[in-house]
Amino acid sequence: MSAFKYESQVRPPIVAGDKNYHQITEDIVRPIENRPSKLWWTGFLIAVLLLCFGIFSVTREVIYGTGQWNLNKTVGWGWDITNFVWWVGIGHAGTLISAILLLFRQGWRTGVNRAAEAMTIFAVMCAGQFPIWHMGRVWMAFFVFPYPNTRGSLWPNFNSPLMWDVFAISTYFTVSLLFWYCGLLPDLATVRDRARLKWRKFFYGMASFGWSGSTKHWQRHEALSLVLAGLSTPLVLSVHTIVSFDFATSVVPGWHTTIFPPYFVAGAVFSGFAMVQSLLIVSRKVLHLEDYITLEHIDVMNKIILLTGSIVGVAYLTELFIAWYGQNPYEHFAFFQNRANVLSPLGWSYYIMMGCNVVSPQLFWFRKFRRNLVLTFFMSVVINIGMWFERFVIIVTSIYRDYVPSSWSTYYRPTIWEIGFYLGTFGLFFTCYFLFSKFFPVIAIAEIKHILKRSGANYKEKMSVEENESVEAFAHEYAHQH
Amino acid sequence: MAVKKFVVGSFDDEAVLFPAVKKTRSAGYKIHDVYTPMPIHGLDKALGLRETSLHTAGFIYGITGTTTALSGIGWIFNADWPLNYGGKSHFDLPAWIPITFELTVLFSAVGMVLTFCYLCQMAPFVRKHHFNLRSTDDKFVMVIECTAKTNETEAQAFLKSVGAADINVQNAETGWWLGRYDKDKTPFEHKGTALV
Repeated sequence: MSAFKYESQVRPPIVAGDKNYHQITEDIVRPIENRPSKLWWTGFLIAVLLLCFGIFSVTREVIYGTGQWNLNKTVGWGWDITNFVWWVGIGHAGTLISAILLLFRQGWRTGVNRAAEAMTIFAVMCAGQFPIWHMGRVWMAFFVFPYPNTRGSLWPNFNSPLMWDVFAISTYFTVSLLFWYCGLLPDLATVRDRARLKWRKFFYGMASFGWSGSTKHWQRHEALSLVLAGLSTPLVLSVHTIVSFDFATSVVPGWHTTIFPPYFVAGAVFSGFAMVQSLLIVSRKVLHLEDYITLEHIDVMNKIILLTGSIVGVAYLTELFIAWYGQNPYEHFAFFQNRANVLSPLGWSYYIMMGCNVVSPQLFWFRKFRRNLVLTFFMSVVINIGMWFERFVIIVTSIYRDYVPSSWSTYYRPTIWEIGFYLGTFGLFFTCYFLFSKFFPVIAIAEIKHILKRSGANYKEKMSVEENESVEAFAHEYAHQH
Repeated sequence: MAVKKFVVGSFDDEAVLFPAVKKTRSAGYKIHDVYTPMPIHGLDKALGLRETSLHTAGFIYGITGTTTALSGIGWIFNADWPLNYGGKSHFDLPAWIPITFELTVLFSAVGMVLTFCYLCQMAPFVRKHHFNLRSTDDKFVMVIECTAKTNETEAQAFLKSVGAADINVQNAETGWWLGRYDKDKTPFEHKGTALV
């Protein structure tokens, strides 16, 4: 049996450098075992401060009500639901990487899946805040769950998309968390077995559930990962589909369209990959993981950004076309007056959306740009701004001027507390991410070891020698036969 | 839990481990387990382990979720409190599909993970004997259980002949117990009790 496994030489290596199993452990566990740097502390403190500001903003909302957010008739959903959809969308890339790419046997996912899944969990946590606090009387939040109660029992309406959302988001969070944690178990055991400090032995000993690496356990672990991936794949598609149903099943012009589910899912993956790029380009540099998150990974993810960005672009144009072709005057007004008319009060937001989401990703047709880290980081921020505006355009421009001109609320502006709440979720997200990058292996150690002999640069080099030799030998033999 | 005696051989490479497993089995030794830092495809077959039934369990949990959702919503909307939602049918199946699907996935995932933890006997504060701490790093550790017939010296020599790099004999409990990893005196140097 050959010491390494075959993979086509056309595929570039995805683990750079001269690595062996032990070196992989050392490289990935190093940030956990070292003291955090000044940079880490700075970032962490900023995140915590943002979180505190968010908590303060939310407290004001709880005391005074959603009027604190300038919500009004008819803009009942403003920044809050925009942010909700934006954060849920960001979560989708993590599941796409961890589940769908596992089913498609994409080796490169191993370098980025752990961080992307963590991002999913934190993003869904942030997303959940918005509908919860938007309820106003948040202490009644448990009313959304069906449980026998003294009011009848008066059950929630299971035919309502908002109710579907409750189930979709909570299932999505639970399953993502389980999937992520099951993947972490072997790696936590690796950290545990290297630990020398008492608290570390205690913490990782508890967190790794007594994982031993037994063959039978690995067999079950593989089966579990595969089935969870199979479950997560339709789950992730269903979640954003259901989020889009919140809008699509209503009769508001601009929301009432059948294209929403695929359009939302593509947009979610698009913005999620942009966020993965933002996080990983920084993480790989700060944690010195350039050998595991290579330019190859960045390149491949940029290709996905290009694809999903273009799908989103097609969806935007289809909507415009149908608004014109359908000849419904309200639909026409929503698209050509509230959105595409740059002189209308919020028309500018439509062009920010178009520019950031459809035009700018076209740069990634060029390999040189796909592999440029600075440009990719910049683009990932631009795309996330664009995707935020997409949700803003869909939500606010559809409802601020609808059927009755006397109730048009063209004066909708967010307050500082609404913005503060949004910044607070950034605080929550980055607080979690900083803690994660300090205490957990940012890259799936066992999975990288699993692909090392197939996709490691040093093994691929050895393989290419062997491969060329055998081809020459074959040609030589073949020539002699004739 | 019974304390048993084990001959432990550590391998540096899975390419050496595979033929060693086959030879060890055909030589008649009883392999207790092989501990590896990452999943090794085909090793379960080489060890003669049967395919896991975890998938089947997942399917059963899944259909439990499906029936819970359908019967729950069906009962609520038709028997317990038949509200009239804009004249829509009380048995409004298409509108129940999203929740039914979500509960199917939820039951299946949670059930499978709990079953996985139960089968592997894993939980916080569960302790197991680790034959070689580097088996979660870069060593592939084959553990032979000593029976009444096993000659330890021969077993050690045999492991050496099939390519094991580091060989020792350990007394260990085979099961699990509740405990904390920080209560070990020197867990990172721990190699079990050397005998003889």
